[in-house]
Amino acid sequence: MLSQQDMLEAERHGRQVRSIYVYEAPVRLWHWINALAVVVLAVSGYFIGKPLPTMPGEASDNFLMGYIRFAHFAAAYIFAVGLLGRVYWAFVGNHHARQIFRLPITNAHWWSEVFFELRWYLFLEKQPKKYVGHNPMAQLMMFFFFTILAVGMLCTGFALYSEGLGLGSWADTLFGWVLPLLGGSMQVHSLHRLGMWIMMSFVVVHVYAAIREDIMSRQSLISTMISGWRMFKD
Amino acid sequence: MTETFYEVLRRQGITRRSFMKFCSLTATSLGLGSAFVPKIAHALETKPRTPVIWLHGLECTCCSESFIRSAHPLTKDVVLSMLSLDYDDTLMAAAGHQAEAIIEEVKKKYKGNYIVAVEGNPPLNEDGMYCIHGGRPFVEVLKETCADAKAIISWGACASYGCVQAAKPNPTRATPVHKVITDKPIVRVPGCPPIAEVMTGVVTYMLTFDRIPELDRQGRPKMFYGQRIHDKCYRRPHFDAGQFVENWDDDAARKGYCLYKMGCKGPTTYNACSSMRWNGGVSWPVQSGHGCIGCSEEGFWDKGSFYDRVTDIKQFGVESNADKVGGTAAGVVGAAVAAHAAVTALARARARPGEDQNSGEK
Repeated sequence: MLSQQDMLEAERHGRQVRSIYVYEAPVRLWHWINALAVVVLAVSGYFIGKPLPTMPGEASDNFLMGYIRFAHFAAAYIFAVGLLGRVYWAFVGNHHARQIFRLPITNAHWWSEVFFELRWYLFLEKQPKKYVGHNPMAQLMMFFFFTILAVGMLCTGFALYSEGLGLGSWADTLFGWVLPLLGGSMQVHSLHRLGMWIMMSFVVVHVYAAIREDIMSRQSLISTMISGWRMFKD
Repeated sequence: MTETFYEVLRRQGITRRSFMKFCSLTATSLGLGSAFVPKIAHALETKPRTPVIWLHGLECTCCSESFIRSAHPLTKDVVLSMLSLDYDDTLMAAAGHQAEAIIEEVKKKYKGNYIVAVEGNPPLNEDGMYCIHGGRPFVEVLKETCADAKAIISWGACASYGCVQAAKPNPTRATPVHKVITDKPIVRVPGCPPIAEVMTGVVTYMLTFDRIPELDRQGRPKMFYGQRIHDKCYRRPHFDAGQFVENWDDDAARKGYCLYKMGCKGPTTYNACSSMRWNGGVSWPVQSGHGCIGCSEEGFWDKGSFYDRVTDIKQFGVESNADKVGGTAAGVVGAAVAAHAAVTALARARARPGEDQNSGEK
């Protein structure tokens, strides 16, 4: 059973739907670059807060924290620029590119689909539904635990980055207000670290759900993010 | 009438010739033409020194203790020649009604033209009865005194953020000055206490230039609070190298490595300790082997231990840090995913024999 929107799209592609082009190249490219950036950010960020055992030798012979922080900042820029590009693509790309930025919360049918998916994940539904884009449950998850969280991480992250760049720097002008708002630098550090853990939890669920649905819900997920084509297996 | 700068200089034995030289030099250094020399001289000859009223609310007088130890400029110069400290109940000779009368006098005589320096803060619970000043709640005295002031200086963490008396649960509802006085320019000089030279520096700036110094978003003078302790710390190279003290008595501690892992709050604290140091530049906390405790940051008593880097976040009601909360959440999610996967596999294995619904639907 396809949702209404997807039905229309499926019809346009002819009666016998075998596959539909869902994710355009920029979206796929962003997904994998972003995934890599998130991994680098999480690992380097973890070691910024809890550094590795002390380095032997002279200070002038080592630059470990410097390199770790460089990796974090470089990945953060890639993450930020990627997200900006992704927002741009939400405007010019196909309607699937808008899914993670906009929830159709006024649509009652969409909500019933959310609850259907919830029941499916709770083993209360025997048959899964097929969706061309994200299933509504996944969309909800993406919106809150990726899009909103990513914006929060960018704001807190660049606010902390502005402390190093100094007063009057671009980061200070754009994000410096975050520090007093959230109760000071230490608080922002703590919240930023908490955000990292939430993102990691999201990654676990995201990877699991993608693999599970790939197997269970009669449609391709993982290969779709590589080729762009959603294959329906029956 | 208070003395002018010129009168004070003359009284201290500076000749008119030297005074005029000073005016010329000032004009030159400010890039002004020779026509400005008489103007500067005239201003210094006629402008009365700005009177300062120094009030004490809920506090421990550590700000005053710091202030009187200023080396550059010497406090005696600040108090006796630059600033006309008309009222300061811990430093003044007068007491009782005689002392209180001075506040009234300054208010009338210099209406809208005096500075109020506040050390400590007013408690608001029980109508302010937790701090009584001359028989009245301090909050009333503060409001009255500030009503006609030109500007206000909030000395220390108490006046700027609340400090220890405002730490949770803050039984007296000690409230920082800027939340009580909202209609005057306020310069916040946080620290517990602030560095002596920072205090005299702020006062000198305000009296010399007749304006408040440039402030950051939190109302602190940029010239002293524009950078973190970490940015100017002499142990910073050890941080960048990844060389840390792991225990108070380890080899790294003796070598003077970075105190980051011992909970140093230098990376989250804005102050001038690492560049100006304390007690006339003798030393400062990190130099003496202990991490910064972040005393010039908002609510530093409520921000977890002074000895953790990833420290407790109090918003959750329980004492727990980001790694405990987040790590637990990630662990629970991971376990839930594993359990979910197991149930899925079981359900699938059970449904498989003779089911074939998926392909049957086609």
